[in-house]
Amino acid sequence: MVRTKEYRMKSESIKKFLYILPFMCLLAIFAYYPLYGWVYAFFDYTPPTPLSQSTFVGFKWFRSLVENQVKIDQLLQVIKNTFGMSGLGLLFSWLPMIFAIFLNEIKALRFRKFVQTVTTLPNFISWVLVYSLAFSMLSSEGIINGLLNQLGFTDSPILFLQDSEHVWITMWGWSIWKTLGWSAILYIAAIMSIDESLYEAARVDGATRMQVIWHVILPSLMSTYFVLLMLQIASFLNNGLEQYFVFQNAFNKENIQVLDLYVYNLAMGGGSYSVSVAISMLKSLVSVVLLFSVNGLSKMIRGESVV
Amino acid sequence: MSDKAAGLAVNNVHTNNKHSSITEILISALIYTLYTLFALLCIFPFYSIIINTISANDLSARGEIVFYPQQIHFQNYLDVFKIPGLWNAAVVSLGRTLIGTSLTVGASAFLGFMFSQEDMWGRKFWYRFTIITMFFNAGIIPWYLTMRSLHLTNHFLAYILPTIVAPFFIILVKTFVESTPKELQQAASIDGAGIMTIFFKVILPISKPILATVAIFAAVDQWNSFQDTLLLVTDSKLYSLQFILYNYINQASSLSTMVNLQNAGSTAMATLATKQTTTSIRMTVTIIVVAPILLVYPLFQRFFVKGIMIGAVKG
Repeated sequence: MVRTKEYRMKSESIKKFLYILPFMCLLAIFAYYPLYGWVYAFFDYTPPTPLSQSTFVGFKWFRSLVENQVKIDQLLQVIKNTFGMSGLGLLFSWLPMIFAIFLNEIKALRFRKFVQTVTTLPNFISWVLVYSLAFSMLSSEGIINGLLNQLGFTDSPILFLQDSEHVWITMWGWSIWKTLGWSAILYIAAIMSIDESLYEAARVDGATRMQVIWHVILPSLMSTYFVLLMLQIASFLNNGLEQYFVFQNAFNKENIQVLDLYVYNLAMGGGSYSVSVAISMLKSLVSVVLLFSVNGLSKMIRGESVV
Repeated sequence: MSDKAAGLAVNNVHTNNKHSSITEILISALIYTLYTLFALLCIFPFYSIIINTISANDLSARGEIVFYPQQIHFQNYLDVFKIPGLWNAAVVSLGRTLIGTSLTVGASAFLGFMFSQEDMWGRKFWYRFTIITMFFNAGIIPWYLTMRSLHLTNHFLAYILPTIVAPFFIILVKTFVESTPKELQQAASIDGAGIMTIFFKVILPISKPILATVAIFAAVDQWNSFQDTLLLVTDSKLYSLQFILYNYINQASSLSTMVNLQNAGSTAMATLATKQTTTSIRMTVTIIVVAPILLVYPLFQRFFVKGIMIGAVKG
C-alpha cells in the first residue's frame, strides 16, 4: 500500500518533468547549443567551406589578436571604448534613484503621473527608432539645424551625428534618454513600500525635506541600488550591439566600436568569423568571472546573492 | 501610483517650519523645472516628427516646421505604402508579434506554473538551467553560426522559436503563482483534477494580471526586434518594419524619387507641398513604425508598474 503510493508520487514527479521537457529542449538548442559555435575559434574557417573541411589551428586566432602593434592598438581602442561607455554608465548609475526620489517630492499628482508616463515611453521604442528620431532632429537637414539656421545662429549645419570626439557622451546621453524613466520604476516601487512610521518619526524630530530624503528615503533604497549596481558591473562588457550599430558611421567608427559591435563588424563586415568568435569567447568568459565575483561580493557584504 | 503614494508625498513635504520655507520653494521650483524639461525632451521628438509628416513637405524639408504644423495634408501616409516591401514588412512584423507573443505568453505561464510544483523531478536544476541563460550567452556570432547550421537563417521560425522560453517572464509568473493561495490547487487536486486541468482551470484564470504584463513586454520585444533580422535574414520577404526603417534612413532619397515618379504617372500631380522628399519619406515611415507603440502605450502603462513590482520582489 505504502509502496504504491510512493510509486505513484514518483511517477507523478516524473510526469511533471516530462511536461517541461520539450521546453528544456528548446532552451538547449537556442541557449546552450550556440556554445558549440565556439569551436569556430579554433579552426581556419572561411565560408562557404564548411567547418568539417577547415583546418584545426589551435590558438592561432587568440595569438593573432596580439601578434603585432596595429592589432594590439585596434583591440585596445575597442576596449577603451567599452570601458569608457560602460564606465560612464556606472559613474551615473545613481541617476535613476535620484530621479525617483525627487519625482516622489512632486505634490501635484497629475503632473507627476504625466512625467512618469512620458519619461517611460522612450524605453519602449527600438534603437532603430531612437536613431530615426535622432536623425530627424540632428542630421544636417534635421529640425535642430533648421531652427539654428532660421534663428541665425549658424550658417552651415552642425554635423552632430558625425561627431566622433564626444560620441561616448552622446551614446551615454541617448541611453539615459531611453532608460532613465523606466529604470526609476524599481526605486519608485521601493519608495512606496517605505514604512509610514519612519516618516512619522522624522516629522516628530522636525526634519526638513532634504533631511527626510537623506536619512529616511535614501537608506531604504540602498539595497535596491546595490543589487542593480552589481548586475551592471556584471554586464560591464555587454554594451549590446543595436545602439552602437545604428549610430555608427564612417566618421565616428573609431570611438563608437564597443566589443559587441567590433565582433559584429569583424565577422559580418570583414568575414573574419574565427577571430570574431575568439573575441566573443574571451568576452563571455570574462563576463562569467565578473558575474561570479559580484555575486561573491554581494554574499560577503549583504549575505545574499544577486543572481 | 495610488493614494498611498500621494499620501506619502504630502507627508514628506509638510515636515517643516516657516524658517526654511524659502529654500523649500526654491527646491520645488527647481524640481518642477527639471522634470518639465526632461519630460519635454522625451516627447518633443515624437511630436515634432508627427507635425512634420502632416505639414507641407517643402517646408518640412527646409526644416521650417518646428513647433506647429503648417498646410496640413495626409498625402504622405498614402504615398509611403507605394514603396514596395512596406506592406510585406508590416505583415511580417504583425505576424511575428502575434504568433511570437502568444507562444511566449503560453510557455511562460506553463513553465512559471510548473516550476512552482515542488514535487517535480529535478525542479531546482531545471529552474537554474533556465534562469542562468539570462546572464550568459555564447555571443552573437557563435549564435549566428549555429542558427545557420540549423537552417534557420532566412526562415520565419527564426523570429519565433528562440523567443518561446523567456526566463525573465518565467520568473514573473512563478513569483505570482507562488503568491496565490496553495489551497486553490489543493482543492482542485482533491477533486481529482490532473496537473493540466489545474493549469487551465485554476492557474490561468487567476494569473490574468501577470499574463497581461508578460504579453505586453513580449509584444513590445517582438515588434522592436531588429538584431535577429540583421543577423539572420537576407531574404527581403522576411524583412521586419524595424529593419526596413533602418534601410530607409540610409536610402530615403532614392525612395522619394521612386514614389514621385509613380505619382507623376497618375492623374493627381503632386504639388510642391505633397511631393515626397527624403525627409517626408523617412519621417512618415518612422511614425508608422512607432504608431502601434504610441497607441497602446497609454493602455498598457498601468500594467507594467504592477508587473515590475511583482518581479522586483524576487528578480
